[in-house]
Amino acid sequence: MFALPPLPWPIDALESKGISAEQINFHYNKHHKGYVTKLNAAAEIRPELNGKSIAELITSKDKTYNLAAQIWNHTFYWNCMSPDGGGMPTGKLAQAIDRDFGSFENMKKQFSAAAAGHFGSGWAWLVCEEGRLKVHQTHDAGCPLSEGLQPILTCDVWEHAFYIDYRNDKAKYVNAFWNTVNWGFVSSQFASSKL
Amino acid sequence: MSFTLPALPWAIDALAAKGISAEQVDFHYNKHHKGYVTKLNAAAESRPELKGAKIEDLINNKDATYNLAAQIWNHTFYWNCMSPNGGGEPTGAVKDQITKDFGSFDEMKKQFSAAAAGHFGSGWAWLVKDGDKLRVHQTHDAGCPLSEGLKPVLTCDVWEHAFYIDYRNDKAKYVETFWNAVNWDFVNSQL
Repeated sequence: MFALPPLPWPIDALESKGISAEQINFHYNKHHKGYVTKLNAAAEIRPELNGKSIAELITSKDKTYNLAAQIWNHTFYWNCMSPDGGGMPTGKLAQAIDRDFGSFENMKKQFSAAAAGHFGSGWAWLVCEEGRLKVHQTHDAGCPLSEGLQPILTCDVWEHAFYIDYRNDKAKYVNAFWNTVNWGFVSSQFASSKL
Repeated sequence: MSFTLPALPWAIDALAAKGISAEQVDFHYNKHHKGYVTKLNAAAESRPELKGAKIEDLINNKDATYNLAAQIWNHTFYWNCMSPNGGGEPTGAVKDQITKDFGSFDEMKKQFSAAAAGHFGSGWAWLVKDGDKLRVHQTHDAGCPLSEGLKPVLTCDVWEHAFYIDYRNDKAKYVETFWNAVNWDFVNSQL
């Protein structure tokens, strides 16, 4: 049985940052939970699935890839955000961003362009590839783990991620997203990616 | 000559009684559909050869502006597939063709609805004419059946922006509602 990981904070935690309780509620309790329900339904017919981790289903490109990847991607997304988030990264992550992008502003600009510019459903990512940070886009359920890339930060740009709060204004949603970024989590992902 | 946004076939609140609100149609038409036209005109500024091109040609030639052209075409087709006087059973030639190729309208409706509700990610569900047979078809993202040599006869937009205002995540409920709006006269004109 696959479980829906809990949100790292209450459903209304990001309201003052510009992501409403209603937006989170539908996103988490309908979409994210829905993928878990469907994966468990698939495991009813294929019991061997129950012995696998979500990450294994992704890297082995199992038939349930779309479900597993969407479960993983959404969990990662929630963890990338926090009611105490925003501001700028520090320490080794900040140094790596400056080294690989020239500046935080430049990384933010590239990431925002990738997020706002993505056509159709997908995700914008900061990933680590062979020690170097870069901006990456995946389409639909795409998870960088199956491309040998280490995810560091993500923003969901499926329309369900922002349509309640921002309607078509994806750029405004991406701006709000930056106010929530949990740099502590992002740093921990960067630190473990270099192992 | 710049590209223009075709007019809606009816008033912005015309489908409210059918279950598609004025707000849903307003954002869909005035932000998304209009947005594609604005972007195509912007592309034509840096590629003058685009000015005077037909939307269908940009689609058939798989031009660099395919996504914009196809989304313009698909949305225009979608609006025309719906009407405040729509719904009910198919009439005319398409009724007979549906019976011939699917066995019944209920069977066609079941297959189309499954394609629409089941589509993963952004896309469109279609009834197309493939040679002389009608069948259900799905396209992903901006995909337009014209560029696959198929003749579109009916479409339902299943990008989340098409239903999220009225139905949130309940895509199946939106697709059920869609059937109440289908303009069978237009569908017949496309056969």
